[in-house]
Amino acid sequence: MSFKDKRNPVSGRWARTTGLITMLILPLGLAACNDPVDVPPLDSQQIGYRGTGMEQVSNPGLDALLVKLNEVPPPIYDPVPADGPMATEIYQNIQVLGDLTADQFDRLMAHITEWVAPPEQGCNYCHNPENLADDSVYTKVVARSMISMTRQINSDWGDHVVQTGVTCYSCHRGAPVPANIWFAAPPPTTKMVGWDGGQNHPVEAINYSSLPVDPFSAYLLNDEAIRIAAPKALPGAHDAPIQQTEKTYALMIHMSQSLGVNCTFCHNSRSFGDWTQSPPQRTPAWHGIRMTRMINQDHLKPLTDVFPENRLGPLGDVAKVNCSTCHQGVNKPLLGAPMLRDHPELWGTADFSQKASGTAALTFEQP
Amino acid sequence: MALLSFERKYRVRGGTLVGGDLFDFWFGPFYVGFFGITTLFFTALGTALIVYGAALGPTWNLWQISIAPPDLEYGLGLAPLKEGGLWQVITICAIGSFVSWALREVEICRKLGIGYHVPIAFGFAIFAYVTLVVFRPLLLGAWGHGFPYGIISHLDWVSNVGYQYLHFHYNPAHMIAVSFFFATTFALALHGSLILSSTNPRKGEPVKTAEHENTFFRDVMGYSIGPLGIHRLGLFLALSAGFWSAVCIVISGPFWTRGWPEFWDWWLKLPVWS
Repeated sequence: MSFKDKRNPVSGRWARTTGLITMLILPLGLAACNDPVDVPPLDSQQIGYRGTGMEQVSNPGLDALLVKLNEVPPPIYDPVPADGPMATEIYQNIQVLGDLTADQFDRLMAHITEWVAPPEQGCNYCHNPENLADDSVYTKVVARSMISMTRQINSDWGDHVVQTGVTCYSCHRGAPVPANIWFAAPPPTTKMVGWDGGQNHPVEAINYSSLPVDPFSAYLLNDEAIRIAAPKALPGAHDAPIQQTEKTYALMIHMSQSLGVNCTFCHNSRSFGDWTQSPPQRTPAWHGIRMTRMINQDHLKPLTDVFPENRLGPLGDVAKVNCSTCHQGVNKPLLGAPMLRDHPELWGTADFSQKASGTAALTFEQP
Repeated sequence: MALLSFERKYRVRGGTLVGGDLFDFWFGPFYVGFFGITTLFFTALGTALIVYGAALGPTWNLWQISIAPPDLEYGLGLAPLKEGGLWQVITICAIGSFVSWALREVEICRKLGIGYHVPIAFGFAIFAYVTLVVFRPLLLGAWGHGFPYGIISHLDWVSNVGYQYLHFHYNPAHMIAVSFFFATTFALALHGSLILSSTNPRKGEPVKTAEHENTFFRDVMGYSIGPLGIHRLGLFLALSAGFWSAVCIVISGPFWTRGWPEFWDWWLKLPVWS
């Protein structure tokens, strides 16, 4: 081989350099191959005072996808006036919708079928066609509990669902089981070999990080303390072990992931725990954590014996909700569309008739 | 005005990049040159503007003084002086003085007939700074993406920008940069201790030379990189640290808008284990 051959660009140093650069850049391309690639021009929004680094950078291509994914189905029927016979006068075994007229009741049933039931099964997904009042189909018992849950959220949790409220569609999106649910993770082995502390099981819910895979049992089912920051940056001021810190971090990453925002949406990282430095969005988020606990404790856990085994998790627990169950990648579910306004049957004791979505203080402009 | 009698002969005339002989003189031990003058100009103006900005601000506490960039709404335009315009002018002064300093180093290299290694190395630091306050803001479309000039405030900015990507330790270029930072201190510690061990012996011991130094590392790990090689390696490690730092911030935002942990999705999906 002559000297000239060695300088051949194909086998020479340029090829090696190009190869090296490709190796370094390729992962960036690969990682984003299914989604719109992040390249300028991008959108950005300032949250805090200028120069504090509190901002959201987003990809307009991805935002356009989110708009498509969050289209709200128009109501099948217009709202019906509250007159005529009550549902209880016409139907039997009515336990939670006794305050509706028969017409309102029918309208809600039609919408639930549209939002939740598989099209090929329709009403029969929950009802025994021989006797609609019969509670023998487990999905009917679940649905009853979910209706009362929806009404309770709309009645009592205005601190989180504000003027928008929720419907069955907020989570179900046309599927009988919402796409984003969670089960308790099996505890790690107690043997030294193979013990992983419940970490290194990368899943989407925690942004594929190596943080604890199940922060939900502790914080969204039980009410363990999430706030673990030490009051002083001095030795001895830290009560929480690193494991607890990482579990909190996992929950916070889950919240960011679910809402399609970053940590600075709710926190100034110079002091995560200090409310006076936090953006106002942290307040509805705080209520949201409590609301999620209520949903899991009061509405889903009691259904454990109702579900068939194939609907339960590896530890025999019921499917539960976290932030992504409803938010699904946007900080205001369904991009804040006031869907509930058209479905007074689900309002509970609140009035959503005149209310639009969100107020300026709680809003972050997503697409 | 040499400090030492033998210095005069090193003071070579010429080699300037601009201005010919105009500023080709020394002030005490310092070479001045055209770029010495521009360095002084930009430094004095920039510092004065920082003091002015501090006077406008709420505090004289040295830790808390901060000159913040404009709001994002100003985009790539000029902002009013008291609403970030000051930051823009100070940025120009900073780049002006850093680049002047590098070019002054170039002129000194030319006078001495040595390579441009020092100004090029300094150029990497300038590159990292310009990446933070010019390239990345340009790519994101607003000067407001730059960092504020303040001792504590720039650290707050770093922290918040890190948390914009949920967990910055998953940033691949950050991983590489951090590794280089550790490697460069490691290499410097090994090199410094080796040189002291052989050329600075205790009283009564003879000074040893490169043979001892090489033999030590041959005994330890079978190979000595040699007296020239260790400096090449040191320069490479140090510049790589700065370079990958610049890369890790310029990809955060302009080329990756989500959490950095999610980036490793491709790794998890490799056919080897998925």
